[in-house]
Amino acid sequence: MIEIQNLTKEYGKIKAVDNISFSVEKGEILGFLGPNGAGKSTTMNILTGYISSTSGTVKVAGHDILENPVEVKKRIGYLPEQPPLYLDMTVDEYLNFCAQLKSVPAKRWRSEKKDIMELVKISHVSHRLIKNLSKGYKQRVGLAQALIGTPDVLILDEPTVGLDPKQIIEIRKLIKALGKNHTIILSTHILPEVSAVCDRVVIINKGRIAAIDTPDNLSKMLSDFSRFSVTIAGPENKVRNALSDIYGVKYLEVSNRIKDDEYSYIIEADKDVDVRKPMFNRLAQLGFPILELKSLNLSLEEIFIQLTTTEEMEVQ
Amino acid sequence: MFAVLKRDFKSYFNSPIAYVLIGLFMFLSSYFFNSYLSYGVSDITSNVVSDMSFLLLFVIPILTMKSMAEDKKNGTEVLLLTSPARITEIVMGKFLALYCVFLIMTGFTLIFPIILTVFGDPDLALIFSSYLGFVLYGAVFVAVGLFASSLTENQIVAAIIGFVGLFALYTIRYLASYFSGFLYDVFTWLSIADRYNDFMNGIIDISSVIFMISLAAIFIYLTVRVVERKRWSQG
Repeated sequence: MIEIQNLTKEYGKIKAVDNISFSVEKGEILGFLGPNGAGKSTTMNILTGYISSTSGTVKVAGHDILENPVEVKKRIGYLPEQPPLYLDMTVDEYLNFCAQLKSVPAKRWRSEKKDIMELVKISHVSHRLIKNLSKGYKQRVGLAQALIGTPDVLILDEPTVGLDPKQIIEIRKLIKALGKNHTIILSTHILPEVSAVCDRVVIINKGRIAAIDTPDNLSKMLSDFSRFSVTIAGPENKVRNALSDIYGVKYLEVSNRIKDDEYSYIIEADKDVDVRKPMFNRLAQLGFPILELKSLNLSLEEIFIQLTTTEEMEVQ
Repeated sequence: MFAVLKRDFKSYFNSPIAYVLIGLFMFLSSYFFNSYLSYGVSDITSNVVSDMSFLLLFVIPILTMKSMAEDKKNGTEVLLLTSPARITEIVMGKFLALYCVFLIMTGFTLIFPIILTVFGDPDLALIFSSYLGFVLYGAVFVAVGLFASSLTENQIVAAIIGFVGLFALYTIRYLASYFSGFLYDVFTWLSIADRYNDFMNGIIDISSVIFMISLAAIFIYLTVRVVERKRWSQG
């Protein structure tokens, strides 16, 4: 659906976006993750044709953004970081204006408007001036604007910024639901948002792609070991001996003493061996019950920090 | 194009700008009208219209200052430029919205020739040529103001640039008197005020009509280029 090849944007000597390439499949929700100033917004502005790239190509549904900008723009709904709202208009007037600007036929617009307003839940504020709306509602009106004309692609720049937690959850649900019919690129610096919403993640730092994969694969890729935290009832030395004999276990350490003969351990094991079953069998034989077992794979947050810091060291 | 035209036009009347400007403009031109009446000058309308053109020097930059600058400041420029509408259509829409406000303002001043016709027997052909000149003149001024507004996101700066630009255009004929020969001819040819005076004297020169329309078109084109250039900017 979207193909980006060797995209570069230079501002004088500064490379805001440095030779990035990736593609997005139809119906995919792609997360664009990076610290502030990483080049997320610049990339999105290039995708939508607001600014031009220094070099590289962007194709949406086979149309090149430079050769055929109108065809590309028809297929994209864009919610910039700052929602592009006319504060002196009512919600109704504003959406009508956007529909005209996007040349949505008047007949289709009448039914579409109702659907969109219900979807983002702004029907009850339709007659209010936009300048009197709260930040959350402004964001929704911005999102409604992006949905006008049912574009194939939605590009959302930090869609949940400034919303309260309940609204954030609602908007995320909405984005997930929209992902069924739209291809979505979503930028954010909030990490849980990516794992909550996205099928695939592009981590971008200093204008370059640091990693691109599914959220799960990224966690796996970065840890050479799978890590567990286990709480076991049983004397420490016996448990320790029993566990370290198991094939695949590389490292074992007591992390917490809960009470006499009840300890929490951190275990690191080879990634391709599942040590949980032999662990259970061995401990069951000895009569030391497992009270708790949880995986400690890297959270996206840790990956993010790890990736962006290694990148930094390379640069230096 | 019509979407932008409609929205912008409404926004001028949603804010006090259009009302204040039209009120001010009417107040001052009525003052001129009144004084010509009491002095007993002939061809009152063309004299008033001629003075109105001087007022435009101040009124137009204030009217046009927010046209493009406000979009840049509020981020609504992104909406316009990422929509499937072409930049030329957007700029034309903005120009026409401004021009409609100008035409409404001009429409109010038609009260002067109407009063004259009721109470006397003015030269209608002269009134027509004066207004034709004024309307063309206004198109050029609005286009220059629009261009000034596209250069910055600060409305005050836009108004000042617009004023300076219009002032230069207005006074270019005085430059001509410093030169002779070829340069004199160039500056006189460029002098929008001289051509305007022809209309006030009842001369409709088709080359002047084309000149004014072309001049307005050039500034609209320059505005389109400024918007496009920003997209390509490297700095």
